[in-house]
Amino acid sequence: MALPPHISAGPAAAASRTPVYALVGNPNCGKSTLFNALTGLKQKVGNYPGVTVEKKIGTAYSQHGQPITVVDLPGTYSLAARSPDEAVTRDVLLGRRADTPQPDRILCIVDATNLERNLYLVHQILDLGRPVIVVLNMMDLAASAGLNVRVARLEHELGIPVIACEACNSKGVIDLRLAMSRPDLPLSRHAWDIPAPIAPAVAELQASLTANDGKHPLIARAEALLLLTDQDSVRVAGSTPLSPRTADILHSWQKRWAGEGTDWAGTLVASRYDAIGRIATEVVLRAGDTGPTASDKIDAVVTHPVWGWLTLAAVMTLIFVSIFSLAEAPMNWIDDQASALATWVKQTMAAGDLRDLVTAGVIGGVGGVVKFLPQILILFFFIGLLESTGYMARAAFIMDRLMSRVGLNGKSFIPLLSSYACAIPGIMATRTIEDSKDRLVTILVAPLMSCSARLPVYLLMIAALMPTGTVSLGAKVGLMLLMYFLGTFGAFAFAWLFKRTLLKGVPPLMIMELPPYRLPRWRDVARHMLERAYIFLRRAGTVILGISIILWFFAAYPKAPAGATPTQQLAQSFAGRAGHALEPVIAPLGFDWQIGIGLISSFAAREVFVSTMGVVFNAEAKDDDIAPLREAMLAAKWPDGRALFTPLVCFTLMIFYVFAMQCMSTIAVVKRETNGWKWPIFQTCYMTGTAWILSFIVYQAGRALGY
Amino acid sequence: MPATIKLSALAVGASATVREVPANAPAFLRFREMGLLAGAPVSLVRTAPLGDPLELTVRGYHLTIRKADADHILVEPAP
Repeated sequence: MALPPHISAGPAAAASRTPVYALVGNPNCGKSTLFNALTGLKQKVGNYPGVTVEKKIGTAYSQHGQPITVVDLPGTYSLAARSPDEAVTRDVLLGRRADTPQPDRILCIVDATNLERNLYLVHQILDLGRPVIVVLNMMDLAASAGLNVRVARLEHELGIPVIACEACNSKGVIDLRLAMSRPDLPLSRHAWDIPAPIAPAVAELQASLTANDGKHPLIARAEALLLLTDQDSVRVAGSTPLSPRTADILHSWQKRWAGEGTDWAGTLVASRYDAIGRIATEVVLRAGDTGPTASDKIDAVVTHPVWGWLTLAAVMTLIFVSIFSLAEAPMNWIDDQASALATWVKQTMAAGDLRDLVTAGVIGGVGGVVKFLPQILILFFFIGLLESTGYMARAAFIMDRLMSRVGLNGKSFIPLLSSYACAIPGIMATRTIEDSKDRLVTILVAPLMSCSARLPVYLLMIAALMPTGTVSLGAKVGLMLLMYFLGTFGAFAFAWLFKRTLLKGVPPLMIMELPPYRLPRWRDVARHMLERAYIFLRRAGTVILGISIILWFFAAYPKAPAGATPTQQLAQSFAGRAGHALEPVIAPLGFDWQIGIGLISSFAAREVFVSTMGVVFNAEAKDDDIAPLREAMLAAKWPDGRALFTPLVCFTLMIFYVFAMQCMSTIAVVKRETNGWKWPIFQTCYMTGTAWILSFIVYQAGRALGY
Repeated sequence: MPATIKLSALAVGASATVREVPANAPAFLRFREMGLLAGAPVSLVRTAPLGDPLELTVRGYHLTIRKADADHILVEPAP
């Protein structure tokens, strides 16, 4: 391999500090797999400050055992960012983020089966003036697609190291490590001509960026080119703004070209593709038409007008059956462990408030949330599986038409569907939605999908509403389905409303690649699942712990005189008083203060309503037998002797739970995903407000009709 | 100049060459950056089960595009 004489280690690389490599590439090019192969377990996952973009940094080791920092940047097709994720990639590469070290060198992962489009990003990256190593991934797939990708030729054309690789089989990783260990890496010799009409603007911007923004001249050239393509640039928090002088120059050129009708951005893109086309014809030899690929054959079924729907339905059914059947045993196990732990604490600690805080507040409250972890894990597992096999994009393709009716796109489908099991994984999965408004709307409506924590409440209410033996099973199932329908309808109605009012904007283009199907990489799927769960526990953990303790305090204080039953204690606690205070607000819905206590305590998680009712009405409620509680509830009366739990009240209560935001974990996750308290507070208000209004209408209308 | 039609009007299974993508429309820049620019061969693989969006192949990969957006792209069908 002939290397050019001008060897450089990059502008900022000093022998004393750990070299920083940035890992960039198109989506679906195998970047995460390669990152995992390079860094193993030495990874730190966090967030870029101020934006909800995942920051992944790992440590690899050179051939001599020296540490190398690897920053895994979000996948993108271009440096002209369209989403916050892409903006972070752009900003880190341009050294615009103070919170991340500017990479000394860049690893550019390229999908060998799709060289032209992947080279577009490489082409932009080469302009950055940093040493670049190109990793030609998926060489095996390229070969089976009849493509002969000539590595040495590409190396020659670009003048930089090109490593052939099959990241999923760990092939080529050693070669890559060797290349990364080289103390010197060449800068690309590849030259392309900046289109003549644009060249003066690039020169002027480059000079200004060097003089006024303190940029290295090579970076300044790349940034100048980028500023000109980046017409609709996404700005994210944590990114250093342009100096006023540079911004002025940029705007005056843009104004001038817009006046002349010059398609400057398009000209730049076209001239890059011209250069890439010349390289690609040299590098890729086609063995002629190899006929439809395996992916084409699968797609003929999976996106078929009939079979496509059946496949989608089958996949979703499989997921839900797995969640509900597989999660039950570990959920009970966690429940048992939590009570065993509480019992142990009761035996070892001296009786007193501190012991109650630990057992009832911390173990009880946090245990009630951790209980849902098996479900969340299974859901993350399936989401990871759908993503890594390529089916996720097909589901979005099939559902896009329907989702577009309410102004969303197909990518919102899986997050919303996941929310039927639990809104938390659903909300965390919205990160695949590029458009920030679409993403926010999806987050806002996801908790309206009836999640599994609502089931115990629905079941209890149906039991109270329709005593066994008197009503057919069909009526009960029908009532349950009505609740699921109401939640779903509500979610779409609010999505439609939010897209038209609050989060109005130009509808974003729906641009989505349908990547070839791939066998799942189980290790990556498992890692993805554990990573999500860890993020949920760590980020939401403090909020959940805090709210659990507050709710415990409300129920435990002030203390009732010695000898009081738990029912009496709860009745005169702050929670009980709050229930009384709440009664004027909820009486129009047919709820009394005792139900009010249930509403307050189930703010922790909806299913807590059932156990709270057990304490309020002094009836032991077991998962498998709610009959004693049902009897106690049916016996409950208003002070004037009217029955409390009339069928109408039970029905109204179900309606309330369909819409109300009764879940502290969801609030904690929304706070994390939207970077602040504004949206979770708004969400809680609109959902609970809607719940109140609809419950009011249902109850009052029911009364008027004589129920 | 040979006749051009809207990309959305291309028949399923047909191939064409892209002739015009809206200029200076920031939203369409990404389509161009993904290789859907004048001169690129494109073929329509299928439509989604509900008729929208469309699935194209361009530069050897599969891309989806909504009909409403494909209305703005002009192509010259292959003979």
